[in-house]
Amino acid sequence: MSEPTVRAIERLDLLTAETSEGAQELQRREFTKPSELGREIGAVLLANDLHIDPTQVDLERRDDETMIINMGPSHPSTHGVLRLMLELDGEYVLRCKPVIGYLHTGMEKTGEELSYIQGATNVTRMDYLSPVINELNYSLAVEKLLGIEVPERAVWIRMLMSELNRISSHLVWMATNGMDLGSTSMMIYGLRERELILAFFEKTAGLRMNLNFVRPGGVAADLPDGWQDDVRVICDTILERTYEYDQLLTGQPIFRQRMIGVAPITAEEALALSVTGPVLRSTGVPWDLRRTMPYLAYDQVEFDVIVGTYGDNFDRYSIRLNEIRESIRIVRQCVDMMPRGDYRSQDPKVTPPPRARIGESMEALIHHFKLFTEGFHVPVGEVYSAVESPRGEIGCYIVSDGGAKPYRLHVRGPSFVNLQAIALLMRGGSVSDAITTISTIDPVLGEVDR
Amino acid sequence: MAPPGVVIGDALAADLCCFPTRDQYFALVRSFKNDAFEMCIDVCGVDYLLHMERPLPEGIVPTRFEVVTNLLSLSKRQRVRIRVQAGDDEPEVASLFELYPGVEAMEREVFDLMGILFSGHPDLTRILMPEDWEGHPLRKDYGAGNVPVQFKEAPGPR
Repeated sequence: MSEPTVRAIERLDLLTAETSEGAQELQRREFTKPSELGREIGAVLLANDLHIDPTQVDLERRDDETMIINMGPSHPSTHGVLRLMLELDGEYVLRCKPVIGYLHTGMEKTGEELSYIQGATNVTRMDYLSPVINELNYSLAVEKLLGIEVPERAVWIRMLMSELNRISSHLVWMATNGMDLGSTSMMIYGLRERELILAFFEKTAGLRMNLNFVRPGGVAADLPDGWQDDVRVICDTILERTYEYDQLLTGQPIFRQRMIGVAPITAEEALALSVTGPVLRSTGVPWDLRRTMPYLAYDQVEFDVIVGTYGDNFDRYSIRLNEIRESIRIVRQCVDMMPRGDYRSQDPKVTPPPRARIGESMEALIHHFKLFTEGFHVPVGEVYSAVESPRGEIGCYIVSDGGAKPYRLHVRGPSFVNLQAIALLMRGGSVSDAITTISTIDPVLGEVDR
Repeated sequence: MAPPGVVIGDALAADLCCFPTRDQYFALVRSFKNDAFEMCIDVCGVDYLLHMERPLPEGIVPTRFEVVTNLLSLSKRQRVRIRVQAGDDEPEVASLFELYPGVEAMEREVFDLMGILFSGHPDLTRILMPEDWEGHPLRKDYGAGNVPVQFKEAPGPR
């Protein structure tokens, strides 16, 4: 470097230039195309033969009447590094544009460099609040390509773990949502209850988060001794505590005023924006992949799909709270109906041999060596498979060229897609409603940016 | 179900799979939308640089880039996958924004990471990578290990 480094403080123009995201940011109205403007105010139904209503877009509004301000990326209520650019008229939000990518680490590209066995460690880090469901989604896609069946017990262990994970993810949501609305005790309570589940995860898989527990071919380990008692205690405790949350939040007048009727979305709008999960169900669409396109053994357990009516923030809150109770129901059935048998497929081409076998069998040694140096080969093909994560449909598209690594690995992140609804939901609301809205969309930025 | 001329192939996962040409793509998706496919669940791109001779149904000319669109019908509980050959040097397909506004972010992601253009998209800018990034990282000829890491703090070329 010939030139000495210019200190940013001496060159203010350099500082602003270097921190700009350019055209990704919300521009002033004079630089914005009408179609883009419509997008930023959330005029989604423009596509369904409804043209932009000029009064709705308020095209006549001039730039000097409004103010563009920046919220995030390190604002405590943006749940990570979400950066929102808001155009404000006084206290009210006119336009909104999320600027994302601050956590992008190229996980899809990394996935192309890892073998199918290693892949689960990669995808589990995407949505860090529901690692088991990420792994499950990836493993189901790989198993579809391989054409293998996993043993019955592995299916039920997977279901048990993903429902526990759903509970813990919703608990974190309850905690942060309470925090955003000023109920700091909810933050402590939510994380306290989640700790029970994380402790069980640690006992089962060895790790609290990013478990790498569900793998192609089955799960990593059998459930620990006495797991039924642990799970029953978790279920009893959390179920009882959900009624405490009712007392703390559901009936609380301030909480209700800030949630009821705020940021509504209709079913048509949600479908047009490809929104899934609790946000879609809050509009009254009973779409839950566990029920409508069952995977694992969800067709053998009893549970209700919770739907809302108005699609507002309060509906999304009640759906998540009641989904915790439904998940507890499923977990209890898993405890009662857990079959005996293997916890992973006995196909030696996919499953590594037990450690004890390696010392006595040459074949086991070869399989072990081949699996961990090269990995198993997956037949040529492409597959899309999807499961219901706490945030919506998480999908995995894998293209295999017959090698030991995926040729292309794509993950459809539900938060990434749901985040698009934010412009629509925030329009016309105040800034304090915007905080609630970010929270009830429940984006996990690790998955948004991947 | 699909209009005449669109090739339908066998998909692995029991989903219907269609192979339209670039010109047929938009009309095909519209016909699916009118046929109760309410949601466009996923759009992604694939770079087949290393596998130009891949198995495709008869009559489909393989190109380097492919755009894969997954539609979902809630009423029929059905999925359909549409694989359109997007071209070699300057890949471009029609944007589905008019039909499904929810593809906005997904198409921007494909553009950002794969460099496929979507004509008719309202705001085709980078979404995950920084604005001044060069190249499209998910392309197969983008050497992941060979690129010096770009930090904003580092002195720029100016």
